[in-house]
Amino acid sequence: MNWLQILILLMVAGFGLAVVLTRDPLHLAVVASFYGILLGIMFFLFQAPDVALSQITIGALALPLMVLLALAKIRRTERSR
Amino acid sequence: MKPAARLTLFGVAAATFAAVVGGAAAEIRPNGWYADFVNRVTVPERQITDAVTAVNFDIRGFDTLGEEFIMFASVLGVALLLRRQRDEWNGPPLDRARGRGVPAPSDAIRILTVALVGPVVLFGIYVVVHGQATPGGGFQGGVVLATAPLLIYLAGEYGSLVRLAPRWLVESAEAIGAGGYAVIGAIGMLRSERFLENWLPLGKAGDVFSGGTVALIDLTVGLEVAGGFIVLLLLFLEETLVRRDPA
Repeated sequence: MNWLQILILLMVAGFGLAVVLTRDPLHLAVVASFYGILLGIMFFLFQAPDVALSQITIGALALPLMVLLALAKIRRTERSR
Repeated sequence: MKPAARLTLFGVAAATFAAVVGGAAAEIRPNGWYADFVNRVTVPERQITDAVTAVNFDIRGFDTLGEEFIMFASVLGVALLLRRQRDEWNGPPLDRARGRGVPAPSDAIRILTVALVGPVVLFGIYVVVHGQATPGGGFQGGVVLATAPLLIYLAGEYGSLVRLAPRWLVESAEAIGAGGYAVIGAIGMLRSERFLENWLPLGKAGDVFSGGTVALIDLTVGLEVAGGFIVLLLLFLEETLVRRDPA
């Protein structure tokens, strides 16, 4: 393992903790998106570019988008109550 | 649940998890004999330079068919959950409705997002059709393609998005993509009694039209994934922007 791989593993571990500790769903969408990019970089550094591509598109884009849209839906329902 | 019971439950679960993961890790072969085997086989036997695509769409193509229908079923589930209830109605989109406090996107965001739509579509198509030659393929390219309508929405053009990607169009794309995979597999079965047999000429490794049926399956998966994600996007946007609860 080279130092880049060790660095990214440590960062993934650290930001994984940050994702868990983020309690506000709106903040979570942003933190999880950043974590998704980190995971993508990790897959890339461990020579799995196919998985890295899927990870970046799903983890950094689609997942936060779904969280945001679900939040918008919930807020709208709460406001009308 | 009492804290003590919860802690015990966690302890048992963590110990089991550690034992299973540890056992699995001990079994990993460091140099990956399966990877070496696949890497040796895909170019001479299938003319595919991206071994991952060869495994996904040919060697273990049947598994991917199942995965594709998992995606199909989950989109169906979301559509079922977000359908219009009997007492709900659709109003004008919230970001256009008069007197609503939704700020319009700034000029910088509009220009950037609209300028990105073309390159994103081109890149998505590139990733889909080069699945057998370079990393990527139908799934990754399909998701990249699905971000194009999202960009249109971000530019504040919900109306254009609905006109450009009407529900019937993206739903048919998704259905054709999902069904196409099964049909390609069935044609192989008719020709040689083996499901997902690679029945097209293999071409030359590295070309866009190499890998026989893998190139075709890449296209169908791209259609299915792009269609599925755009359906999800349209459903959520309709739910948040257009749907009104009974007053």
